[in-house]
Amino acid sequence: MENVELLVQLQQLEGAPGSPSFFFGQTIVDVALVFGGASHADLCQSHSESSRPKRTHPPAIRLHAVRACTVRMDNSLQRVKLSVHPSRALVDEEFVILVQNVPPGSPMTLHALHCSEDGHRWEACGHYIADSSGSINAADDCSVGGSYLGVEPMGLLWSLKPVPGSKPGLRMRKKDVQTPMVVAISVFNGHHSEAFVDQVSLASWVVERWYMAPGVRRIPVTEQQLTGTLFLPPGPGPFPGLLDLWGGGGQLVEYRSALLASHGIASLALDYLTNEFTTQTGKMVDNQYFETAYRVLQQHPQVLGSRIAMLGLSLGSVFTLKMAVYSPVVKLRCAVCISGSHIQPVSGGPQEMMDLFTRNIEKINFSEQNEVIWRSLLLPVPSDPSMKADVGRLRCPLLLVVGEDDQNWCTQESAADMEQMMARAGNDHLLTILSYPETGHLIEPPYTPHTPSSMYRGAGVDQKMMVLWGGKTPEHSAAQEDSWRKILTFLKKNLYGGSDPQAIHRSHL
Amino acid sequence: MSQAVPPVLSVQPSRALVDEKFSVQVENLPPGCPVTVRSLYQSEDKDFWEAYGHYVSDHRGTVSVSEDVSLGGTYTGKEQMGLIWSMRPAPGSREGLRLRKRDMCTPMLVTISVYRGHEDFRDQTALASALVERWHMAPGVQRIEVRERGVQGTLFVPPGPGPFPALLDLWGGGGGLQEYRAALLASRGFAALALEYLKADDSKPNSPGDKYFETAFEIIRAHPQVAPDRVGIIGLCFGTLVALSLAAEYPMIKPRCIVCLSNVHHKSRKNTVTEFPEEVPERFKTVGAMENVLVWRDMGLAVLKMQHPKIPVGNIDCPMLLINGTDDQNWPTVEVASDIIKMMREAGKESLVTRVDYPGAGHLIEPPFSPLFRATNFMLSGTRKKVMMLWGGKTKPHADAQEDSWRRILSFLQLHLYGDPSPKAKL
Repeated sequence: MENVELLVQLQQLEGAPGSPSFFFGQTIVDVALVFGGASHADLCQSHSESSRPKRTHPPAIRLHAVRACTVRMDNSLQRVKLSVHPSRALVDEEFVILVQNVPPGSPMTLHALHCSEDGHRWEACGHYIADSSGSINAADDCSVGGSYLGVEPMGLLWSLKPVPGSKPGLRMRKKDVQTPMVVAISVFNGHHSEAFVDQVSLASWVVERWYMAPGVRRIPVTEQQLTGTLFLPPGPGPFPGLLDLWGGGGQLVEYRSALLASHGIASLALDYLTNEFTTQTGKMVDNQYFETAYRVLQQHPQVLGSRIAMLGLSLGSVFTLKMAVYSPVVKLRCAVCISGSHIQPVSGGPQEMMDLFTRNIEKINFSEQNEVIWRSLLLPVPSDPSMKADVGRLRCPLLLVVGEDDQNWCTQESAADMEQMMARAGNDHLLTILSYPETGHLIEPPYTPHTPSSMYRGAGVDQKMMVLWGGKTPEHSAAQEDSWRKILTFLKKNLYGGSDPQAIHRSHL
Repeated sequence: MSQAVPPVLSVQPSRALVDEKFSVQVENLPPGCPVTVRSLYQSEDKDFWEAYGHYVSDHRGTVSVSEDVSLGGTYTGKEQMGLIWSMRPAPGSREGLRLRKRDMCTPMLVTISVYRGHEDFRDQTALASALVERWHMAPGVQRIEVRERGVQGTLFVPPGPGPFPALLDLWGGGGGLQEYRAALLASRGFAALALEYLKADDSKPNSPGDKYFETAFEIIRAHPQVAPDRVGIIGLCFGTLVALSLAAEYPMIKPRCIVCLSNVHHKSRKNTVTEFPEEVPERFKTVGAMENVLVWRDMGLAVLKMQHPKIPVGNIDCPMLLINGTDDQNWPTVEVASDIIKMMREAGKESLVTRVDYPGAGHLIEPPFSPLFRATNFMLSGTRKKVMMLWGGKTKPHADAQEDSWRRILSFLQLHLYGDPSPKAKL
């Protein structure tokens, strides 16, 4: 950029005796870190603190000694303009990143920085070349380098990785769904892939990514010994309901339910492994626990009792299928199983499932990096009918989401077997399988950074270990985006559409 | 118990800046179904404001506020944002209310609901509703309280390293510290200092001295994230008087451009700016009053006719954008704009001025989608007397003026504060 002149000046503080006065010629100073609010880390750090209503106001302005650097091209302040729209959105919504007023054909880097709740920094970058009008539009233009390639409007989010030097085996999961994920997006001159903290960006923007739409209500559920959180969409309702189950790590994971409620579905996130009862007694819950949760949902005044679905990931899918097939209490409009299996002791509950894992423990493998591979644990698919849910008896639509590179569960083999069972039983018209190549086990809501492996502790287990989940980032991210959209369509169609079991004649309103 | 599936109401986006549009959609209704879509907002002062439109669903059972025609209510026609700009205080509210957000760090929370039928909906439970957040501040905008060298205000700085062009943001004779336009300007890339220069409360009348505005300008220029040669002024009503004065009479200030909404250019008898709002109603007896509402328009016309001190606008060397409403009942701002242009013409500088007069718009030209405040409670400077002031404006034309003028203001500021047009360039 021959016409660019970078000027940095240190100016004497007015009324501050003894302040030094310097002039730096064309040296680039790390201006961003000198005054608050302009460095990326500061931007997202201070913003995440300020995303709650303020009680006190920031201190009065202090004059700083450093003047920001100015990019002058052809005698005008051709201010590089960066905008990310919308700046506040749900986590599954797209944004458009637009850069303007850069010299045509110049190389630019888009950068994203996020400071997670547990204090880790995640970053991503894309390398672009401005077009002849001096613009870059991440929705139309190709990234030619960085952490993602190609035309990827949301690449800066899904390709986020822990910054160099971070602890190994991290996974990004939002715990507090009532605050947004804050990401600082910046544009830099040239193509860079590292050491962003040493550089001054040309422009920056801050975006908020929310799991909860305004008005969604978060209601802890502790009745009848349940440990869960119910998320209700805004409005009087009543709303279709959903029971939301995660996998073997346990804990009460709320973000997917919060997001579903933002799409009009009253969703109950249920902890069935590390719940209150289990932590106190040391005993696992039995199958009635899920039926109790279903009843609580069904009887809630703002839930349509005849329109309830279940969604399970990994171990959660085991109990989703068990309930869908065998429970006399649970009557589902539809079911979704992500990265799961039907292989299970039919007559048992969570404890029996854990025992099954323990019995097969020698079937685990290890990758070259010593990551645990569990996918063979339940293989081969049993032919014994007492060892797998009889999906031939299903009466409701079932959506299976399969990652073909799932290293943790034998999702693919299970899906193939379920398809066969349903074809034989004649109910395979109820089945939809979404199978994604190069996609791993942790199929999360869109733009969640892909975790190929992470430090994992199973519920009730003391030790953490590095577990291989599988998947290649670009393909896995595409699968998350595609499957979520299809899951929502499937749920809305089955929960909002169709006739009621006891259809009442709808009088003209 | 079997219940029918209720309709689904969605608003996209559910979180936005106040100058952004949203789309309201209702689905899952029976076809051809009459419904009322209503907005409800409880202000920081606890008053309720509402708007509503009557619609009929199409054959798919959908109502789309941005596509369909409202058949009645507080707005009619195809009006995507009618649910916001046609808001007025709910029945039974106090009189003379005005909506001005004070806390910039929280959004306006508006409930959008749908009710069956076109009759009175207040007795019914809504069929569905959604909550929308409307923000003045984009994420990452810094809010900095300024309390130094006697100057009081709030500075808003866009996110990023900068440097940014900046604005001195001046409201009118009502006084106090109004932050919302400055916050919005910072969300659009311009650092802005909302300046308090007239006390709104009952404290001793505080006429700021001349140095006050100069100091405010210095403070803006000295901020490390502000480009010191790219500072302009935006003012409304009395704020335009100050803006014109700073541009014409203070050689040290030299704003890069000025935006004047609802123009005022007369000074006090003693040729001062800051005493003007106290003096005017005392001196002039030609004050119209209709049902206890003060109308100052005719007084302003009288002042125009007289040999009364005015800002020597012919001294101004920077581009000016003059925005006024033809239904302004508070001051003859359109006539004032003409007089300003006449003076500029006499000085050979007419090409610096861009003027836009909006038919049917009143005095309080606010950021887009703000409801119309045709007459509100107002406290006179000086006497501290509480009156009902008529500002004027008709709801729909005024809303159009606010939306259109904001776009023009942003593009004018973009051109003159970010770019380097030749001094004679017009908008």
